[in-house]
Amino acid sequence: MVKKIYFQSIFFSFFFIKEAFAAESGGMPQLNPEFWVSQIFWLILTFGIMYLVLSKLILPKISNNLESRKSQILENIEAAEKQREDSDAKLKEYDEIISKSKDEANSIFNQAREKALKDIGAKREVLDKQIDSEIAEAEKEIDALRKNAPDKINKIAIETSSELLQKLIGAEVNNSSISAIVDDLSKRNGDKYYGN
Amino acid sequence: MAANPMSQFDVYRIGPEIKVGAFDISFTNASLFMILSTVSILLIFNLGSKKNSILPNKIQLLAELSYTFVSKMISDTAGSKAKPYFAFIFSLFMFVLFCNMFGMIPYTFTVTSHIIVTFVLAAFIFIGVTVIGFIKHGFGYLKLFVPSGVPAVLLPLIVIIEIISYLSRPISLSVRLFANMMAGHTMMKVFGGFVISLGIVGGWLPLSFSVALTGLEILVAFLQAYVFAILTCIYLNDALNLHH
Repeated sequence: MVKKIYFQSIFFSFFFIKEAFAAESGGMPQLNPEFWVSQIFWLILTFGIMYLVLSKLILPKISNNLESRKSQILENIEAAEKQREDSDAKLKEYDEIISKSKDEANSIFNQAREKALKDIGAKREVLDKQIDSEIAEAEKEIDALRKNAPDKINKIAIETSSELLQKLIGAEVNNSSISAIVDDLSKRNGDKYYGN
Repeated sequence: MAANPMSQFDVYRIGPEIKVGAFDISFTNASLFMILSTVSILLIFNLGSKKNSILPNKIQLLAELSYTFVSKMISDTAGSKAKPYFAFIFSLFMFVLFCNMFGMIPYTFTVTSHIIVTFVLAAFIFIGVTVIGFIKHGFGYLKLFVPSGVPAVLLPLIVIIEIISYLSRPISLSVRLFANMMAGHTMMKVFGGFVISLGIVGGWLPLSFSVALTGLEILVAFLQAYVFAILTCIYLNDALNLHH
């Protein structure tokens, strides 16, 4: 039912439209020359003024704006490039300074080491000399002791033997004869004891 | 019930009748929309060129994008020699575009839907291009009608065809714009009329058509302005760089 009314209304409305258009139809207003001159006049006037203002005032400004922006961007890029180069150079300089100071530190260290070694050598020499002289002195003392030892031993032997004889025999024995005997004995046995 | 779809193209006098000699130059609705278009163009581009900031604001971006768009269009089609005519082609493109777009607003008048307006523009372009061609190449410009590499037997025919096609340029240029505008607006009006006459029950179908057509017509409005400007560039290219 609703569907039927819907389609009927569409169908009838086409009739109305047809009638309406038929009633009001005229020609194309575009082909009516009544206002042609007016339209041409106003077209030339408005378009002409717009062209003049655009070409003399506005478009040069826009192109100027575009150019200045372009040049400014290029300038900024150039400045950035320059700053980068500068920073690169500074980085190089910094690296150089660091390597230079490293070398310097190395050389100072080496010098100090050499000096220390030299000092140590000198001190060692002095000490060596001192030790050598002390050793020599000690050796001398030992030699002296060694030289004196047989005499002292002989003396001890003479005294001991004279006392022994006195106690055994009860008579005094001539010291000189005893010492002669001891000397003879020690000379004979001295090589055996001392290994001279 | 439904208004005549052609009545939207009616030109009527606004204010008193102004006559200069035998000519009637009264202020009409067409004049009103011409002034509206030019004033809005000047306003937008004046605002867009006032400040020069590195990061452009919206209106400046609009102005500069239009500038580069038209400038690229000219250099692509007519080369660097067409640079002195940039301002004219820019004005032409903007004028046609704004007139077309103003016509898309309901109850407005479309200036470019009148053959006399588009014909005056096209005739001016045609005469200007021809004058430029003769200034640049002298009578050598007539070589435009004699394509190279055509058999001698066919040459008279080809020359006649070339001359006819050259002379029909202003007509094709003006009729293309005028017919597109008129047809589009008439169609929209007709579908709008269907919406009214079919009422709440059947009006939805033509209404949806009308919505779709509005989108299409906005596209056509831009496209026809573009075509008008680019054809001008091509004609200018023929006059500046003689290829034949």
